[in-house]
Amino acid sequence: MKSSVITFPGSNCDRDMDVALKKFGFKNKMIWHNDNELPKSDLVVLPGGFSYGDYLRCGSVASKSKIMQSVINFAKSGGLVMGICNGFQILVETGLVPGVLLRNKYLEFICKNVFVKLDNKDNPYFKNLEKDIFKLHIAHNEGNYFCTEDQLKEIKDNNQVAIYYCNNDGKIEEEFNPNGSIKNIAGILNKEKNVLGMMPHPERMIDSCLSGEDGSLFFKNLLNNIK
Amino acid sequence: MQVNEKLAVEHGLKVEEYKLICELLKRTPNLTELGIFSAMWNEHCSYKSSRLHLKKLPTKGKKVIQGPGENAGVIDIEDGDAIVFKIESHNHPSFIEPYQGAATGVGGIMRDVFTMGARPIANLNSIHFGSTQHKKTKNLLRGVVHGIGGYGNCIGVPTIGGQTCFDRSYNGNILVNAMTLGLVKKNKIFYSKAAGLNKPVIYVGSKTGRDGIHGASMASASFDDKIEEKKPTVQVGDPFTEKLLLEACLELMAGDSIIAIQDMGAAGLTSSSIEMASKGKLGIEINLDKVPCRETKMTPYEIMLSESQERMLIVLENGKENLAKKIFDKWGLDFAIIGKTTDTKNIELFFNSEQVAKIPINILVENSPMYDRKWKKTKLPKKNKIQKKDLKNLKILDVLKKMISNPNVCSKKWIWEQYDHTVMGDTIQKPGGNSGVVRVHGTNKAIAAAVDSSAVYCWAHPLTGGKQIVCESWRNLISVGAKPVAITNCLNFGSPEKEENMGEFVECVEGIGEASKYLAFPVVSGNVSFYNQTKEIGIKPTPVIGGVGLIKDYTKMITMNFKSEGNLVLVIGKTEGHLDQSLFARTILDEKNGPPPEINLFNEKNNGETILKLIEDNYIKSAHDVSLGGILMGVSKMCIEGNVGIEIKKPDSLLSEFEYFFSEDQGRYIIEISKSDIKKVTSILEKNAVHYDEIGTLVGKSVSFNEKTIVPVDELKSYNNNWLKDYMR
Amino acid sequence: MKISAIITLKKDVLDPQGKVIHQTLEGMNFKNVNEVRQGKYFEIDVNENDPKKAKEIVEDMCEKLLANLVIENYKIIEIQ
Repeated sequence: MKSSVITFPGSNCDRDMDVALKKFGFKNKMIWHNDNELPKSDLVVLPGGFSYGDYLRCGSVASKSKIMQSVINFAKSGGLVMGICNGFQILVETGLVPGVLLRNKYLEFICKNVFVKLDNKDNPYFKNLEKDIFKLHIAHNEGNYFCTEDQLKEIKDNNQVAIYYCNNDGKIEEEFNPNGSIKNIAGILNKEKNVLGMMPHPERMIDSCLSGEDGSLFFKNLLNNIK
Repeated sequence: MQVNEKLAVEHGLKVEEYKLICELLKRTPNLTELGIFSAMWNEHCSYKSSRLHLKKLPTKGKKVIQGPGENAGVIDIEDGDAIVFKIESHNHPSFIEPYQGAATGVGGIMRDVFTMGARPIANLNSIHFGSTQHKKTKNLLRGVVHGIGGYGNCIGVPTIGGQTCFDRSYNGNILVNAMTLGLVKKNKIFYSKAAGLNKPVIYVGSKTGRDGIHGASMASASFDDKIEEKKPTVQVGDPFTEKLLLEACLELMAGDSIIAIQDMGAAGLTSSSIEMASKGKLGIEINLDKVPCRETKMTPYEIMLSESQERMLIVLENGKENLAKKIFDKWGLDFAIIGKTTDTKNIELFFNSEQVAKIPINILVENSPMYDRKWKKTKLPKKNKIQKKDLKNLKILDVLKKMISNPNVCSKKWIWEQYDHTVMGDTIQKPGGNSGVVRVHGTNKAIAAAVDSSAVYCWAHPLTGGKQIVCESWRNLISVGAKPVAITNCLNFGSPEKEENMGEFVECVEGIGEASKYLAFPVVSGNVSFYNQTKEIGIKPTPVIGGVGLIKDYTKMITMNFKSEGNLVLVIGKTEGHLDQSLFARTILDEKNGPPPEINLFNEKNNGETILKLIEDNYIKSAHDVSLGGILMGVSKMCIEGNVGIEIKKPDSLLSEFEYFFSEDQGRYIIEISKSDIKKVTSILEKNAVHYDEIGTLVGKSVSFNEKTIVPVDELKSYNNNWLKDYMR
Repeated sequence: MKISAIITLKKDVLDPQGKVIHQTLEGMNFKNVNEVRQGKYFEIDVNENDPKKAKEIVEDMCEKLLANLVIENYKIIEIQ
């Protein structure tokens, strides 16, 4: 299975994503933001980091870079595009997924483990996963998901919420919401379910000596789903 | 502008220094030249008050590839790998503008490390603030933490550890010290020594602006006719550009185009160009018209003294200019050929086709002043007799609860959760433990690092204090199973022109030297920050030690959280009951006099090496060194982290329970072992003549001394975790 | 009455955001841009009817909190 990770100026989880994808059997290529064409890929990943220093609005400048037109076309033709953290911020700026990401509620960067609950497994990312509750890692300053009432209704009607912040029992309540996201939303799919944006970093949870191993489950499953 | 004595003094030079300049030059310097001298001869660049004493530090060792004198120190970690590391202060800028001051401090130290060809793999920091009651403390702390995070997080280097202290001596002068470690192949280390004639000198990175220009306000006033805006003296950091600069430099370094490279830090273009030429025993010629400037009408003086961030100076091989330019263009960075190396041994500057400065480099470097400043020895204070009656009314649990939530003991999670500590995917021990640990990417090795200071001990007796911090750093590394390799130091003191402050410096350095020599734990890099004072009153002497150790097999790394019920807890090292200068004496008894705990270097070494042996043989389940607050603070934190309780029984001795549990005798560790291993462990300890006490068994969810004296771990946890969070919200 | 305050970085202070926004605008074919500087805008409703006094209050706020005069300038404008 072929994957492509896009490197923008200021991306800093691109290598981590490359390591993770290769560890679980993807043939991964690193793609420079200034390239025109995406190579043939089964999966395109917009990695975390601070593309363009997070200046203006997170992800806004990267969403205008050259390669993004190909990524948008790829997504519109049904290709799998996954944005993690800053990648999620870029996705919302392109309009591929609805909503925006505001500054965290307490105006502080947060780096810690959180629990998330899968809402919908009827998509290529989570299909066949046995567990519903995952321990993942977040590290962001702008992860406070927001959308209008109408958008929220549409998102829910279309089953577009990918994951919610919760506790270890899967309870989705305000006290387990690390950043003030509306309805504890941690990740969103597009209507067609081929584009996923989420704040948690599965690539930081791929070894028992790191923060945990739930990221491994995610990547192994993703590879099998694409095969 | 007329250069004279008065202007020289306004540039921070002494009258004698100015006379020496005129004598060496055999003429009066022009303004640009005066600026260059003032930058090269100030304390920061010339180490004129400290050089004499720093020479006494041990800087060599089997594992040392590069000691002090380069951008950073380098140690060998085998298999062709090396670690580049250094700590540096950014105290004054952080007090004026905490966010930008701290951010640019982090940026500066990372440049020092990647200048040598190393990719930064970990950041640490040591920050000291005034009393928590002081009105400025909260805002300064918030600003500094945001600044450190803002820069480090953006670059994508994990912040794996640190230290935060509060003491009123920092009310008007906070300390912000940042440390970076980088990984490099031994055969791909880059140095700042230029070599060869007519080699192109290249400027890369951000443009030059009027940031941080020193000099007197009057001197700078003349550069702009309408000075409605006061010239900025604090630089603004641009981590995004630094990230690009890092990637571009490493890309260029992969080839063989670079002869020498130096970052433009303090005194910018001046010190970087002079240092490269001086080390290569060459001259250098720079055409200032070619320097990329952010603002119009910048003068030679301003260009040479600007401290704009995120800039580098490179001496390239001939013919590699286009290749280098392509790389910097790709990353969207400025690139300009601004000069060349010469055989004149002079620095020569041209502007508008005119020569604007010409100074022999040896005058600037070798002839820079060195002072043997007067200093005063600190006598060892007399020991306090703490009376039994002082302790009579105290209850151990009250003391425990009070101390575990003390600002200097409590959990600093509020701080380190704002730092990305997991990016790069190799952080295997997060902040909050004895040391931060990162894997060497793609290998079985890991690097442990810790930063420590003990200003109270150094203030009470600088010589002992100096020794103590080296030992504490050593213990923090040992406690995670790392073999200590080398240290970097950041020496924060008051004015060297005051005998007391200078004495504190001299004796702390002596103590650091003595301990690091005995422990074969050499100093490979460092930085001195003097004049940390407000209204003539210096801060407590605060040398900060950054220790680095190697774990050969990271699966053997030890953490401090207690692991499982039924296991035994031992205290390694002898408890003598030394309470003077302890947290207990200072905060509970309000007793601020007396000597700090004594350092026995033989015991330090022996105890530490024995612990490493026990770790190697897989006997140790968790470990923690005994430091601030004594045994009970250590045990409580291990319980909190492990979420498990302990039944404590104080060993029989003549010491009262307060002396036993709260004294701060040195060279001690707390370890957890399995019950079935006790015989084997104690036989190793006895064979090595290491003292130990068995102090309890892990059980339940409470810390208990007897049926009546018992406190739930959860309660201790909330005292420990909530203090800082509540203070900041 | 409502007073607005605009905080900008001083002329000589590096504005990394402005720089990147400038480059991006050029990349998007907005030509003829000489420079972009960004800043913050505040609208403060002050319980004070005398415009002079209201401005003074906001000025005080700028000096003490809203702006860091080491690197920033402020401009105060009366809205209504």
